[in-house]
Amino acid sequence: MATVAAVIASTHHPFYYRASTSTGADRPPFADEWVVKIEAFRQTLTRAEPDVLVMVGSDHFHQLWLDNMPQFLVGKAPFFDANWYNEEREFGLPRMRLAGEEELAGYLLREGLDAGFDLAFSNELRIDHSVTCPIITLRPQADLPVVPVYTNIFAPPMPRPERFVQLGRAIRGMVESWPQDKRVAIIGTGHLSLELGGPRQFGPHGPDPEFDRKAVTWIANGDVDGCLAEVTLDSLHSPGNATHGFMDFMLMMGAAGDGVKADYVDTLDLFHTMEAYFTWYPQGAPS
Amino acid sequence: MSKYLLDKFLYTVDRDAELVERYRDDPAGTVDWWEREMANTVLNCRPEEKSTWLSFTEHERQALREHDHVTLFHLGAHPFLTLTLFIAMFERDHGPLEYQRAYARAMEHIQLPYPDIAT
Repeated sequence: MATVAAVIASTHHPFYYRASTSTGADRPPFADEWVVKIEAFRQTLTRAEPDVLVMVGSDHFHQLWLDNMPQFLVGKAPFFDANWYNEEREFGLPRMRLAGEEELAGYLLREGLDAGFDLAFSNELRIDHSVTCPIITLRPQADLPVVPVYTNIFAPPMPRPERFVQLGRAIRGMVESWPQDKRVAIIGTGHLSLELGGPRQFGPHGPDPEFDRKAVTWIANGDVDGCLAEVTLDSLHSPGNATHGFMDFMLMMGAAGDGVKADYVDTLDLFHTMEAYFTWYPQGAPS
Repeated sequence: MSKYLLDKFLYTVDRDAELVERYRDDPAGTVDWWEREMANTVLNCRPEEKSTWLSFTEHERQALREHDHVTLFHLGAHPFLTLTLFIAMFERDHGPLEYQRAYARAMEHIQLPYPDIAT
């Protein structure tokens, strides 16, 4: 059976690539501290020695559109080209190509469907920065095969937060029952409080530092019940109009396990948003 | 109210570098052309397999023609789509993050709950 080598939850900040690679006058003042934090976070994945990455993210109206919108979708293909024209334009992201792990993708689809998750699939998926940002931060050599899992945190009506937690638990269980002797890291990215295209965007901090503080505590402690007691589809409008991306963090809490404290927690208070990085080692921390 | 069509306009223009420039330079002409030629195109289908029923209200048409991101927000256009396209068109005329902050300031009178963006 496969081993869950690590469960990792992170924000995906599309400005990291440009900030970390810029030099001279173009380099923002927060870049050096950010790079130090990311390189430490990267070590938490490197130490887990994964063979395969399950990557949970969300298409930002690139390939998935309102005429045909899945709630949860698994990418099953030998390769995934990545990043889009408007991400090159706005964030300077490079074009990338990742290998796919089709057998695990097929396994997640079959087992997921049988477990009551009506997962959509794609055999030709161009992935976006919700998946490539964590590749850039955590595995910049981009040398491992991936299974992308897309969630709808963007286009209402969306599944409720409970459903994200349930899917996270299910993904964890399915990976553990995959009959291959492989080490799998489950990596998912979302947001804390975030406003895009509204009056609270691009402030000196995230739009709701109090929500961010609570969210980091929920995640770090694996406090699924505490989180679900406060977070609903309606409540997520209040911390910022793009805060439904927090449901991907909730999915990862489900994957990490109820009440399981993260082995690694770090944050960085940036303008516009708070960055947050979490790693769990279900088999115990590697030496 | 055709929030879906507003979103479709923003989405299809934003993903096409030539259309981004055309909408920046000639908003009224681009909106009129797009509504006439593109609004009823089903994106993953052959051009002749068109829809037959999609059009803007005059209020929506006017907001698009005037690059009026505040009215688009009030109309329930998806804020991510509006922001991404407007950054592509106008960030170049400003210093770092100046445009994004001015975009927010123009909306600071807007209180929660924000307009519903469900389509």
